[in-house]
Amino acid sequence: MKFGVVVFPGSNCDTDCFHALTECAGQQAVYLWHKEGSIADDVDAVVLPGGFSYGDYLRVGAIARFSPIMQAVAEFARQGKPVIGICNGFQVLCEAHLLPGVLIRNRSLKFICKDVYLKVARYAAPFTDFEQSVLKVPIAHGEGNYFIDPDGLKRLQDKDQIAFRYCDAQGNVTEAANPNGSVNSIAGIVNEAGNVLGMMPHPERCAEDALGNRDGLKILISIARTKLAAIL
Amino acid sequence: MKANVIVTLKKEVSDPQGFAVQQALGSMEYKGVQNVRVGKFFEVKLDGMTREQAEAQLHEMAEKILSNPVVEDYRFEIVEA
Repeated sequence: MKFGVVVFPGSNCDTDCFHALTECAGQQAVYLWHKEGSIADDVDAVVLPGGFSYGDYLRVGAIARFSPIMQAVAEFARQGKPVIGICNGFQVLCEAHLLPGVLIRNRSLKFICKDVYLKVARYAAPFTDFEQSVLKVPIAHGEGNYFIDPDGLKRLQDKDQIAFRYCDAQGNVTEAANPNGSVNSIAGIVNEAGNVLGMMPHPERCAEDALGNRDGLKILISIARTKLAAIL
Repeated sequence: MKANVIVTLKKEVSDPQGFAVQQALGSMEYKGVQNVRVGKFFEVKLDGMTREQAEAQLHEMAEKILSNPVVEDYRFEIVEA
């Protein structure tokens, strides 16, 4: 499977994603520069990596939304192909209205960089086609506080769009395990069609034994398996 | 033409930044401070259009990029003809 990793000015997890996809998950990857207005036909999935696109000016993700590559990513998503936004990528997807809601300043006002536990709330291709119910994945963000109004939350719940929720090591979703104040402890959601995922935690930072944790690899492999399933 | 655009968080959205400022003011002995909300201020210079066109464009800009309507409200005022 070939992944396209988008590079905005200020992206800083792009090479980590590229490494995790190629070296750890054994897939192919190419970079997609933010000024490109189209995505090559042989790209099967797009990754919007973490970082501080356009310096986080105005609002996180707000300026990236209007870059040429995002018009192409929106079209790519409309075609039903998998798009995953990690951290800043999630923020960009929300600003671009490819996902509902928005990420605002952490409740504590602190930039939080630590391992958290995620309860998998939805098991489905392409992103969570595996069985493990609790994943340990690091977060690193100042604006990861997911906000959506009560009606929006109900829509997410009714349509099974909540992919990951913050929990403790045993998988209990508690307010104490919610690091940033996110509504409903939401750490990641998918769009209605299920082909666009946004998540604050960084699966690419825990995809190999050298880093002491391979839980993130499950998500990357799950995406790759989707293409395999389509071929078979 | 010049317009001032103000963007604020909606009332129902918590504002930890405003709360931090409020607490600082409290510790500086401004005891009467009940609440502080932090927002954004834009000075926008526009040319070559009527006031009506400018207003229409400002609404569009504010909804598309200057604010995120999910969590923010905006208002603007044309301060120089």
